[in-house]
Parts: sequence; C-alpha cells; structure tokens
Amino acid sequence: MGYVAVRGGGRAIEESLRLFELERASSGASVALDRVQACFPDAIDQVMGESSLYAPRLAALAFKQARGSVEEAVFLLRAFRSTLERTSETCVVDMEDMQVKRRISAAFKDVPGGQVLGATRDYSHRLIDFSLADETDGDVRDAAARLRKHFAEAPDDARFDGHLPKVLDYLRDQGLIPSCENDDTPPADVTMASLEFPCVRSARLQTLARGMTQAVEAFGYAAIRGYGPAHPTVGELRSGTVELCVAADASDDADPLDAFYLGDMRVCEVESVFEVESDAADASGAGLSFDIGYGLVMGDTETKAVAMSVLDHCLELGDPRYPTQDEEFVLYHVDGVEAQGFISHLKLPHYVTFQSKLDTVRTARERQAHAASV
Amino acid sequence: MQRLYNFAFFDEASKREIRRAIVKGISVPGYQVPFASREMPIGRGWGTGGLQVTLAIIGADDVLKVIDQGCDESVNAVNIKKLVCATTDVETVEDTAAATIIQSRHRIPEEPLRSDQVLVLQVPTPEPLRSFEPSEAKTRALHAEADYTGAWLGLFDRIVRFGEGSTGADHPCLVNGRYVMAPSPIPRFDTTKLDGSEHLTLFGAGREKKIYAVPPHTRVAPLDFEDRPFRVEDFDGLSCRLCGASGVYLDEIVDEATGETVHQCNDTAFCAKRRERAAAGDETKGE
Repeated sequence: MGYVAVRGGGRAIEESLRLFELERASSGASVALDRVQACFPDAIDQVMGESSLYAPRLAALAFKQARGSVEEAVFLLRAFRSTLERTSETCVVDMEDMQVKRRISAAFKDVPGGQVLGATRDYSHRLIDFSLADETDGDVRDAAARLRKHFAEAPDDARFDGHLPKVLDYLRDQGLIPSCENDDTPPADVTMASLEFPCVRSARLQTLARGMTQAVEAFGYAAIRGYGPAHPTVGELRSGTVELCVAADASDDADPLDAFYLGDMRVCEVESVFEVESDAADASGAGLSFDIGYGLVMGDTETKAVAMSVLDHCLELGDPRYPTQDEEFVLYHVDGVEAQGFISHLKLPHYVTFQSKLDTVRTARERQAHAASV
Repeated sequence: MQRLYNFAFFDEASKREIRRAIVKGISVPGYQVPFASREMPIGRGWGTGGLQVTLAIIGADDVLKVIDQGCDESVNAVNIKKLVCATTDVETVEDTAAATIIQSRHRIPEEPLRSDQVLVLQVPTPEPLRSFEPSEAKTRALHAEADYTGAWLGLFDRIVRFGEGSTGADHPCLVNGRYVMAPSPIPRFDTTKLDGSEHLTLFGAGREKKIYAVPPHTRVAPLDFEDRPFRVEDFDGLSCRLCGASGVYLDEIVDEATGETVHQCNDTAFCAKRRERAAAGDETKGE
C-alpha cells in the first residue's frame, strides 16, 4: 500500500503513533526522571552539549521520551530551544577559575599544581561487571558510604582546593607559544545567524562544541590518522565546574561583583599543542614553535573535547588538500540534527520527482535506440 | 491548541527575523537570503524551511493548505499541517482556491493561483550550482558575478551524453534576468507556472538556511539552448482514469488486478474537485 497514493495519511499517522506508543508501553515499566538523571549522567551531558542547552531535567525528559536515543533526545531539545527568547548573556568565564575535578597534561610529567587524575574510566578494564546486574538501591548507597569513608581517611597532602594554574602558561612564559592579544570581539552565535565562509573562529568553535559527538570524534580521528596530518600533544585537559553569572546591568563598566550568580556548569576544556613552522617575520626568529588547538564542551565528554581541539587546529591551518581542514566539509557535516534529518528524509515519497526522472530516462533511451537503428 | 507554545511556535523575535529575510528575498528575486534557520520539531529535510516561512507569515485569519507530492493527505503534509494547527488554530482546507497560504513539497497545484494567495515551497537543495561546485563560499561568489557557466555546462553535458538536455525535476531557471535559481524539485511541468505568475512564491530551505522568492509578474526562464529547447514531462495522449483530465501532471500507477499501467491526477484535490463537479453536473442533468 502506497503511503501517498492512498488517501488517509492522517489516520495512518495516528495509528502509527499509537503502535509506537504501544511498543513503549508494552515494557510495563517506567522510569522516574530523577533516576534517568542519576543513572545516565553521561548521556544527559551529551544531549545537553549537542543541544546547546544546559537543562539537565529537560534533557532527562527528552532522553526518556526518546527511549534512550541520544540523537532523538537532541532533536527534541533543540526544537524546544527554538521557542525560547534570549534575554541576557552570561559574563565571560575565565577557565583558570574552574573548580577542577580532574586535570591532566600529556606534555609535562610535573606540571605546576600536579597531575590530578580525578575520576576517570581511562585506566579501567572494560570488562562487564556482572555484579551490577542484580544491584539494588541499597547496594549503591552502601558503596557510596564505604567510598566516602575511604576518601575521608585520605592523607591531607592528597587534597587540593580545586584551583590550578593553566599548564600552557608555562610554555607562554618560555616564549614557545607566540603571545597574542586577547580578542574581545563579541563571539558569533551560529544559532542566530547562518554560517558564513570563511568562518570566524568563534563560529567554528561553537559549531564543533554542539556537533554530533561521534561525528566530531570521527573527523578528529581522521585528522590524526592521516587525512590532515596533525598529531597533537594534550597540553592540558581540565574538567570541572565553572560559575555562570549575568551582569547586573548591560553597561561595560558594570561592577563584576554586582553580577548575579546563576549556577555552576560542568565543562571539559582541552588545549592541545601542535608543532608548527613559525613565521620567519616572528620576532624570535626561531624556525619552529607551538600552536594551540582548543576544545571546550559541556559536561564530561572528554574524547569529544580532545577531538574538537584537533579540528580547531586543522581548520586554522585550512589546507584544502585535506577534508579535515576544509571548513565547509567539517562544519556543515558535524551537526547531528541536520545529518539525521536529511538522511531520514530519503524515506519520504519522491515519486513526482521520480516520474520526472523516468520521463527523462525514457526519452533519452528512445533517442539512443532510434539513433542506433538508423 | 497548545498553550505551552507561542502563536505559530516561534518567539516573536524569531518570526520577525524570518520575515525580514522574506522581504529581502522578494526585493531581490531569485537571490538566496541566508537566515538563522531554527531547529524545528520535524526533521531537517522534511520541510523545515517551508514550515518556518509559513509560521513566520501566518496570521489567525489565514486558511492553510499543505500538500506533499501533490497530495493533501500524504503523511508528511498531514504532519506539517498538524503542527501548524496545533500552534495557530488556523483553518485548513484541501480546496486550492479556498486557501490563502499553500505550503507544498515538489508540486505547484494545477488550479492557477491568484494574487491573494502565497505559495510556500519546501527546498532541499537551494543551490543550483551545488553539483558543479560543492563549496558554498565559491557558489556565493559565482552568483555575485553572475557566472553560471557551471549550470550551462551541466545541461550541455547531458545533451552530449544522452541527447537529452532536460534534467529531472528542479530544472535551473534564470529569474528576472539575473539570478539562476533552483525552483525546488518541482517537475519541469510546474516550472513554467512560476513565469509571470499572479501569486507570490516563497522558497524555504531549512537545513541549508536560505530563503528566496519569486514575486508576482516576474520572468522565470528555464535554462535551455535554442536548438535544444526546454521540454516538460510528456503526458501526450494520456488522461486521468478518475476524472478524465488531460494536460495535467499524472501519476503512473500499476493496476494490481490487471497488471496494466494506468494514470491518474497527481494533484488529488484538483481531481476530487473535478469529480464532484461532474457528479453535481450529472445530477442537474438528471433532474
């Protein structure tokens, strides 16, 4: 049965949605939003990051409604975001003020402030933990109490106040990273104006930060593997919370101490270091120096942040031979909602256009058959 | 009506911004105006551009018709209509003549549109030069310089290879003697309806973030060569098996019972109207 030729599309949709809802409800189980938020924080982070909307509870609701599909949850949250009036902008956040939970440097063994491994699954064995299969809420609470006690007994020198200097300041002090002026141009907002090429860096960074996590990682991987040679050293990866504030009034000389505190947001920042040939006109005259690729993402999506820093650097280089250095190629195709939408639109009926193609193909074949017979 | 959302889904600032892009598009016929395309509750590529245009221009008194592939009852048309209605409560119709705004994918209705009607076409790929040049930065420059070599070469290439200059749907057109435009994947049969039309046509490309327009009484010329003139789809000698109409765009259907190929009107509202009138006429005759 055709899905256009037959009238009654409206009823078909209603019934299809009922069937879909039946599939969901057939499980006989529902999950409270608190549980979604508590048990799937990484999924919530990913949904909020790709949606450009910090709203954990809404993200949890979207994730529940989407039956656990991150792609679909992002779609829901982005559409909701379109209905929101933008009333104010937050003050600039200095990442040096981050309340750090984890900070590592792959460049220096002894970084000022030290390596803080924090909580990570990086060095875990990816073995399925069968004990989780029958875990109860009580088990989780017991584990939390046990671990809290363990950390309370830790020696004092293992504690730190969460404030750490930036690793790359060390390289800057040594003159190995070309110094540059702070650029206080208001950043672009790609959700308020369409991308224009060549892009300003803020538009690029924003597009990457809200890009589909797996797409950013795939392009970043391609770049370090050979399609846009760039093998970085992670100068610093810092993950923790930053304070967001809104200025008391819009004037430039508003006292920052009068700003309204909105809350904390979990972010992950990566500064990658790349060896580059420096400009001969450089004051130092040295042939080689370092460049920085920058990644900053919402939540704890570390791999995406690293991949973003790689792509940021690639796009700065902009060598058209490599697809990962081609702004249009990377920035147009990392968006999850756009990719999902356009690919799935192929499922829509296309038979008016196909009829037109049929006409063209038939005419061309007749013409050729006629030519062959003469 | 869902009170949770503003009238026509968007906040007012967003609607105003989209209307500005529309006004610019009307002022420069055929020129693709970039706009901050919003994310919609339907998929990118499923008519979000047309939907944003419709939501930006629709008022409480408007009467809406939505068609997909010529059909009001097509699943996607129903879906779009449902969303607009849920946030505006406007009246919807199938009768082309009764609508003030007609949003369509891939067709222009058979019934000629009037000056008080607006046609909104959904556009998947607004850039007519895209198959020739993948880079947006470069195609913008080509438009600025009116360098349409790529579009002409594409047609020439088809003639050389297939002896047939016609593309499928979405045949490129020169608008107002200046911009080459993708008319959206309407069949070539409909392309000629854009030329010197009474009504305003607005094109919305959501994923590609472009809006453009063909104002009333504007010259829209499909690109062709003197010795290989533009040719519309050939339905010569065929007519609709339901209403008997000829000279309309027909769907080719295989009759499952007989295995025969039959044809019927693609514009289902037009076909239904003709049959109603014929039935009414028969009754009158009978009296």
